[in-house]
Amino acid sequence: MNIQFRDRPEQAPAASVKTAIADCDIHPARATPTELGPYLAKRWHEHLQTYGKHAYQGMMEGPPYPKAQPNASRRDAYPPEGGPQGSSLSFMQKQHLDPNNVALGVLNPLATGQGIRNQDLAGAICSAINDWQIEKWTARDSRLKGSVVVANEDGVAAAAEIRKRAGDRNFVQVLLLSRNVEPLGQRRYWPIYEAAQEIGLPVGVHAFGFGGNPITASGWPSYYIEEMVGHSQCQQTALASIVLEGVFERYPKLKMVMIEAGFGWAPSLAWRLDKNFERLHSEVPQLKRKPSEYIRDHIWWTTQPMEDPERRDHLFELIEWIGWDKLLFATDYPHWDYDEPSRVLPAGVSDTNREAFYLGNAKKLYGIA
Amino acid sequence: MVRHVIAPVDELPPGTRKFLTIDERPIAVFNINGEFFGLLNRCPHQGAALCEGPLIGLATSSDPGEIEYTRLSEILRCPWHGWEFDIRTGQSYCDPKRFRAKAYPVNVEPGSAVVKGPYVAETLAVSVESDYVVVDL
Repeated sequence: MNIQFRDRPEQAPAASVKTAIADCDIHPARATPTELGPYLAKRWHEHLQTYGKHAYQGMMEGPPYPKAQPNASRRDAYPPEGGPQGSSLSFMQKQHLDPNNVALGVLNPLATGQGIRNQDLAGAICSAINDWQIEKWTARDSRLKGSVVVANEDGVAAAAEIRKRAGDRNFVQVLLLSRNVEPLGQRRYWPIYEAAQEIGLPVGVHAFGFGGNPITASGWPSYYIEEMVGHSQCQQTALASIVLEGVFERYPKLKMVMIEAGFGWAPSLAWRLDKNFERLHSEVPQLKRKPSEYIRDHIWWTTQPMEDPERRDHLFELIEWIGWDKLLFATDYPHWDYDEPSRVLPAGVSDTNREAFYLGNAKKLYGIA
Repeated sequence: MVRHVIAPVDELPPGTRKFLTIDERPIAVFNINGEFFGLLNRCPHQGAALCEGPLIGLATSSDPGEIEYTRLSEILRCPWHGWEFDIRTGQSYCDPKRFRAKAYPVNVEPGSAVVKGPYVAETLAVSVESDYVVVDL
């Protein structure tokens, strides 16, 4: 019998070494507002001081809907040295990477230059974020890999930033957000896809974004919960646009990852697209195959927030359609809707599928040995 | 059931909570307006340190537009997914049929009773003049 008093509870030590996992959605944050300074030219320091940032959305800073937890993050994820959740590499290692045995962690920075109307400023901040990812994260922990963020509304400048990172193994994907000024299949975004295909990186599309449009197709809803479920709606619009505009015909080697927007809707969207395609084929002759075939061949899906139907056979049927080789495990650390690795997959999954789900698919897609 | 003496009452004033490990189980004891409550510090949903969450009230609604906010500071909100639990019973408000947080009875006992035992308090010196917070588990 022993009684210990302590300031804050520590994570219980694992009973045994956990199986290695990939976490395909980790959000790194800046510890201070000035942390990006060294990566920005003096011209932009002065610009930001004088003019600030002009965003596509009505809010000057932050998301359109206030979040349910501070910084939309776990309350237990504040680093002991201060700063917001996700801003300390050492604490991320201690709280997440080490105890969960994360062998590959993909960084998806969300607060970047995306969404800023001044495209030169947007590009400068995105490029700074990319340098910052290397210096603060990937160079210091080889398990972590970055995502090339780009000024999404300026396809030409975005493509130049992508090509600048060609061959740099600090990065494993190009990152876009789901909500842009126009649906993501539009031609203004094609230079991004062309450059990504050229340098051999998949394009991830993460929920959120700053296009200035409401989260739903029918206006601004009242509640945060509506924004949370609205993400799948935006993602479906983005995906339908990408498929129907013929992006995968134009860039046949392009791979895309749908990040944090669910996957349960994938079969129904594909069925509906196929059904209409049979009747409206002449409108979109650029498609040589059924929409569902492009989706199955070109799209990978991160798991968090995991679909959680009452009956696990429903989950397995969904995954059967998508393919066990197309799911990428993700936690969303340090965000509040984090998925705990040990609690995500129900019993009844073969060892082969389990390994693919947690690690194998990600290593293959992102080219990690 | 073993009764564990965890602290003199003075060390746990209203509005505070104490984290401790008893028999390898992480426990938290809360003093809410002079009442004491104990919970296992592990969320039954996905395993977060539940007791690090904020204490809030209970928002209920009989009809859209009618909102009552009651039981101030008696609802514990998980620091991860925000699941709400009744500090008195451990009942989940999100999914009461499938999930319940483990609650432990906590009482205040006078030093004279604690000295007689049987209690477990290896790290505390117990004096008959004081009152003590006691957890049963």
